[in-house]
Amino acid sequence: MTDLTADLTSLGVKEIRDGVARGDFTAREVAEAFNAAVAEAAALNAFIVTTPDHALAAADKVDADRAAGKELGSMAGVPIGMKDLFATYGIQTTAASHILEGFLPRYESTVSSKLWDAGAGMLGKLNLDQFAMGSSNETSYFGNVTSPWRKAGSNAAMSPGGSSGGSSAAVAARIAPAATGTDTGGSIRQPAAFTGICGIKPTYGRCSRWGIVAFASSLDQAGPMARSVEDCAIMLGAMAGFDPKDATSLDMPVPDWEAALNSDLRGKKVGIPREYRMEGTDQAILDSWEQGKAWLKDAGAEIVDVSLPHTKYALPAYYIVAPAEASSNLARYDGVRYGLRELPDGSGLQDMYAATRAAGFGDEVKRRILIGTYVLSAGFYDAYYTQAQKVRALVARDFERAFAECDVILAPTTPTASFPLGSMTDDPLTMYLNDVFAVPASLAGLPAMSVPATLNPDGLPLGLQIVGRPFDEQGVLNAGLAIEQRAGFTARPEKWW
Amino acid sequence: MSVDKATVAKIASLARIRMDDAALERMVPELNGILRWVEQLGEVDVAGIAPMAAVIPGTLRLREDVVDADPLTGGGKQADVLANAPAAEHGFFGVPKVIE
Repeated sequence: MTDLTADLTSLGVKEIRDGVARGDFTAREVAEAFNAAVAEAAALNAFIVTTPDHALAAADKVDADRAAGKELGSMAGVPIGMKDLFATYGIQTTAASHILEGFLPRYESTVSSKLWDAGAGMLGKLNLDQFAMGSSNETSYFGNVTSPWRKAGSNAAMSPGGSSGGSSAAVAARIAPAATGTDTGGSIRQPAAFTGICGIKPTYGRCSRWGIVAFASSLDQAGPMARSVEDCAIMLGAMAGFDPKDATSLDMPVPDWEAALNSDLRGKKVGIPREYRMEGTDQAILDSWEQGKAWLKDAGAEIVDVSLPHTKYALPAYYIVAPAEASSNLARYDGVRYGLRELPDGSGLQDMYAATRAAGFGDEVKRRILIGTYVLSAGFYDAYYTQAQKVRALVARDFERAFAECDVILAPTTPTASFPLGSMTDDPLTMYLNDVFAVPASLAGLPAMSVPATLNPDGLPLGLQIVGRPFDEQGVLNAGLAIEQRAGFTARPEKWW
Repeated sequence: MSVDKATVAKIASLARIRMDDAALERMVPELNGILRWVEQLGEVDVAGIAPMAAVIPGTLRLREDVVDADPLTGGGKQADVLANAPAAEHGFFGVPKVIE
């Protein structure tokens, strides 16, 4: 790699955009540098397919627009990674599943087309947990993603988190300046925390779900993953906005989050939920939480105790609601309209459905479809699903009451740092518990972000989470910025790939 | 509540996922582990609480009642609709013969 290439790939969204606009370098040079970095990083398995031509074509258009004196978009010249859950026209879109292998969408997701309109290009489609179901990126049909991070003194392959594990690995490894993620129960925040990057899940409905492969529609929300709070603000601005094609899209203006960033928190109250002090949480995580309080206090905020009494019930409620919605959403994979078809000799239509779905779905996906089918089935619906939706209402009410006493909530993102691949796969429940701090905000549809705080004694990143009121992405980003400025997190993984 | 192999077989059949005996056996303890864990929701007092319908209250919009309101999802898209079909035949989705 030349020096210029190494320099360019260390840049973030704002630096690239502004550098291209100033003429410090061309968008094509940036795209070429990242294409080369992606090609070198096959060992991470972060991409399912790479699309260097897409990145170059977008870059050439930006360079031509600049030469013609045209106004450039907010992401002009920035090549990004696209989680392979977003439908991209003519480019394989799989949700990391066998059942969608070879699927070439005839349409473009709203979020990706907004990013292209803003001048971004695509480096490729990023690996993920199959149908976004997983917290370690070990359920992909296309193999695990390996985190660029390693424990000090160890070569063990670590988890990049999940489900947006390809996104987190690529951004942390500097093979993409930013990437899209989706968050159903922590799938942006947990991988961001595991890899020392930022990621924000906006208020439910901010980003259109149109063209995103559906997992649990009442929870699914897209958001950006990048290495700074400001980069997240810029990219979220390009992704968000009302879309009549999504029935739950928020019909309200998108604020200029980038312009309004302000880390002065005087007059703001930061809530510390006492129920998040859970058994099994690493001491280093608890220490980073204390440090986070001190940083926000230093930024002028007042720290107040708040209570979210139904916290411990959020995760079990999630594991009823999300599988129930998944079992319904994934009924569409039938071997008829798109995707895989398995047709054993002499079989009829019903056999074809069952054989196709048996061959096309991985174990975790099947597990969740079965749980979802069970909790929605006659005789069990009220005991499981209705009860979970009532508990969900209580979890949301907890937040509403807490936000009467504070402006944002500070908590850890995860109960542990990253773990070695393969170390948590024996019992699905252990894996689910890694999202214990992330899921409550998902159930309540609230904006929430993870920001890197520090390294633990093993040299692995830890994240802090900020949860805000509905529609208050600005408050979340501002508190995130205050932490970022004080944490001074500059650690990056040593290149081994 | 817990499930046995016969119940898992019934659920798998409802979900249209073919599972052999070994797969069913494997799934029984996994599903029971998850179901035992979610049972703690029964402890929560939900008297007077309505099940959540939407995280952000909103009203469902109706699109304009015109042909091809959205050209992307409107009519005349047969080739696009069939482009990814495993067996597109004569402008239709092909499926195995169904005789009842």
